[in-house]
Amino acid sequence: MPEGIITVAYIVSGVLFILSLRGLSHQETARNGNLYGMLGMIIAVAATLFAGNTGTLWILIAVMLAGGGIGLVVARRVAMTEMPELVAILHSFVGASAVLVGIVSYLEQGQKIGSELIIHQIEIVLGVFIGAYTFTGSVIAFLKLRGSISGKPLTLPLRHQLDLLMVLAAVICGFWFVSDNQQQLTALLAITFIAGLLGIHMIMAIGGADMPVVVSMLNSYSGWAAAAAGFMLSNNLLIITGALVGSSGAILSYIMCRGMNRSFVSVIAGGFGVEEGTLAVAEKDEDGKTVQSTSNEETADLLRNSKQVIVVPGYGMAVAQAQYIVHEIAENLRKCNVSVKFAIHPVAGRLPGHMNVLLAEANLPYDIVFEMDEINSEFKNTDVVLVIGANDIVNPGALDDENSPIYGMPVLEVWDAKTVIALKRSMATGYSGVGNPLYTRENTWMLFGDAKESLNKVSTLLN
Amino acid sequence: MIIGVVKEIHHGERRVAMAPSVVKQCLKIGHSVLVEHGAGVIANFTDEQYQDSGAEIVQSAHKVWEQADVILKIRPPEEEVKEIEEGEEEENLETGRHEADLLRKDACLICLLNPRRNPDLLKRLAKTGGTAIAVDAIPRISRAQSMDVLSSMANISGYRAVTEAAHNFGRLFTGQITAAGKIPPAKVLVIGAGVAGLSAIGCAQSLGAIVRAFDTRTSVREEVISMGAEFLEIDYKEDGTGSGGYGKTMSKEFIEAEMNLIAEQAKEVNIIITTAAVPGKKSPILITKEMVESMIPGSIIVDLAAEEGGNCEMTKPGEFRLYKKVIIIGFTDLPSRLPTQASQLYSNNTAKLIQYLSRDGKLELDLEDEITGAITVVHQGNVIWDPARQVIETQQPVQPERQETVTEETATSKRAKITKNKIWPKFIMLALIIALGGLIGFAGSTTLISHLTVFVLACFVGYMVIWNVTPSLHTPLMSVTNAISGIIVIGGMIHLSEDQILLPAIAVLIATINIVGGFLVTHRMLGMFRK
Repeated sequence: MPEGIITVAYIVSGVLFILSLRGLSHQETARNGNLYGMLGMIIAVAATLFAGNTGTLWILIAVMLAGGGIGLVVARRVAMTEMPELVAILHSFVGASAVLVGIVSYLEQGQKIGSELIIHQIEIVLGVFIGAYTFTGSVIAFLKLRGSISGKPLTLPLRHQLDLLMVLAAVICGFWFVSDNQQQLTALLAITFIAGLLGIHMIMAIGGADMPVVVSMLNSYSGWAAAAAGFMLSNNLLIITGALVGSSGAILSYIMCRGMNRSFVSVIAGGFGVEEGTLAVAEKDEDGKTVQSTSNEETADLLRNSKQVIVVPGYGMAVAQAQYIVHEIAENLRKCNVSVKFAIHPVAGRLPGHMNVLLAEANLPYDIVFEMDEINSEFKNTDVVLVIGANDIVNPGALDDENSPIYGMPVLEVWDAKTVIALKRSMATGYSGVGNPLYTRENTWMLFGDAKESLNKVSTLLN
Repeated sequence: MIIGVVKEIHHGERRVAMAPSVVKQCLKIGHSVLVEHGAGVIANFTDEQYQDSGAEIVQSAHKVWEQADVILKIRPPEEEVKEIEEGEEEENLETGRHEADLLRKDACLICLLNPRRNPDLLKRLAKTGGTAIAVDAIPRISRAQSMDVLSSMANISGYRAVTEAAHNFGRLFTGQITAAGKIPPAKVLVIGAGVAGLSAIGCAQSLGAIVRAFDTRTSVREEVISMGAEFLEIDYKEDGTGSGGYGKTMSKEFIEAEMNLIAEQAKEVNIIITTAAVPGKKSPILITKEMVESMIPGSIIVDLAAEEGGNCEMTKPGEFRLYKKVIIIGFTDLPSRLPTQASQLYSNNTAKLIQYLSRDGKLELDLEDEITGAITVVHQGNVIWDPARQVIETQQPVQPERQETVTEETATSKRAKITKNKIWPKFIMLALIIALGGLIGFAGSTTLISHLTVFVLACFVGYMVIWNVTPSLHTPLMSVTNAISGIIVIGGMIHLSEDQILLPAIAVLIATINIVGGFLVTHRMLGMFRK
């Protein structure tokens, strides 16, 4: 197939990818956006397939069918609550592919000379480095999200210096790779190893509360890895797509960081949730204030007799798989002419937009689901706020307690409502390890127990 | 710990200090409850209900006083009167003793005591060697809100004041236009927008009346408006916010302006509900005899401050009075007129209080504590009521404001520092970019530069496109970008040849998983969103 056709095909699929991302900006066009993406991918893959080596075509097709089959099964099977894990592990695949492509690209580097060669080699180093970092980082993020390893940040002594040392070592290996013609493969593998180690260490140091940022950051890196591969292969489509994904992930991370009022650097540097000042909040809680608990019956009564109810879901709802029963309660209340709204904090859950997906899974119409800025002023006119398994995102300490580690983070101001009912398993602190003065407020009632069980009972009572 | 509930002996008192539902709560935390026979009957709580909740019914009040560690009452202790004429009340025939003398030495009495006005009663209680807690002395701080009996009673009074007025009013509250002609809405003026005032506003509003409210404290303006009433203002600037949620006495000029306003309103409105009270002082006269005379015949005044003398000159505390075609209601027992609800709220408050005061199932009074210290008026035989405590409270509201300004200042100075610091990294970044650009420009090949062009432009396109994404679609966006970044499959495909099979094949395999998995899961997710 002539070179020109392939280039045209690549341009078409590049445009389709851009359209795909644009389509995702609104609910109405999102489905079409996804279809554009698929179409773009099919065109790109088909063009490459026909342009490639005919001798190995069958291998390619067999491998792609196998990969496609696995992908299909995974996409069908995955529960919506496991989306963060899935996204994380898929990121690691992109990273791993980038490493492999980089190494192969080195092995086949052909007849480049002079500055061309050096530039090509630098591109390989970059691609491998980013790819390996993305790979191990995503694997760690995956394990953390699954709970296979603790969500607590791992804080080794001198960890920042350690990170710096590793980056430095990778740079030295990079020089070695470019200058030495004998042991280039060793050097490349050393870079891969160091980058992998760096990925493990840096993601280990980031606490569970920052997971939404980590996941979107890794999303961004997977894009940059693809772009780097594009540079080394001189492939414009890879560069375009990588740049799109990379900037998309970067913006998402920025939005998440803004949602927590933390700078990107401080998130990446990690260690959040163990700083001093946590104690200050805990002590304050013992200021003679007691936690008031309530029963399922009272909750049902309160809900039924109110005019407006706002539900604030958090990660706890995902853990308890309570989204369906929440929907049932919302429907029951709407039947009784109670206005029900949902308030979603930007960093609720472990993935940007995680809660929206869960509520959508439970068939909840998206026009009663609101963002923080839209709904914060409405809590004043609300009778009951139902906080389901959320903690840090409804912490009043973020606004008025300067000692709080999450001071300055914008939060849902649920305490303005007449009554707040907080569903919680126990009085443990949130993922960030910060005490929550909301629970000792006068108008807050705790409903202890498993969220799903409690809500089930409340729903039965409402019937 | 044994909690005892006695029947109220004050004439006309219908409430009871503990409702059956609260008995359950007390049993849950390990106390036992004794209730005098018939204690809740007038409040519609039968002995059976108490028994069902787990309380023990005791025939005479004396037994309760003897056995219980904590006695719950509503009204202050008083002389038992033999009311043989009225027969229906089964009072204790044994004695005509004073309730205060019945207090056991190691027991504690919890009730309304009004310590400011009853110093003799406190002394009498002290003689028994026991302890007495005045629930009406609870400081008005937010921590103590759930135990604040006065607020919950004021709430009921406000409501009842409106229904009393409505009951005696010759017209409807709500305005209507019917086939038989127009019904004008009633005009209600509420003076003093405390708990009772706001409750009255809410009640009158929901009956359909036009409600106006006046208060010397301008800070309550928003609350009044939020309840649906019009907030009347006078030109004279002075804020009457006193301690503990009450008003303070105002200057002469202010009062004059205020009186003019009320005089004008009196000619126009049908119902006036006054709730203006200054703690420890006689209530200010806001409605003079002349104003009453100027009112429309059939108008009604409900004076909620009657207990402290009344806000209306013509009020007779505790009585219903008709003066020149104007009804003046000066009942001082409004909460008691809604005994079931009042008892319920009162007992909720006291239950909270008992919970607050007890440790390990026993009362433990920590007199250093702000709340405990304020309400314990007699402690083990000593009168420790100290009116000066109220003064400490007065100064408190000022402090938070000061702190606020300080925090604001530090916040702004912090922000200023940050902006100062931020300029340098920007310079460094700019310099780096220029240096890098120069390096690439001089050393780079044309292919690199053309790739770079594509890269930078694509970054900008991505930046522009992504900003418009609604937050609810962030997860689908991530999974779709994830699938798209599987484009790296092309890298593997290009390199797959007879010499290089394994590594490219693996790359193709996992990248394909990524593509198919990513797109399909996005599709699945988007299918779930519905309007």
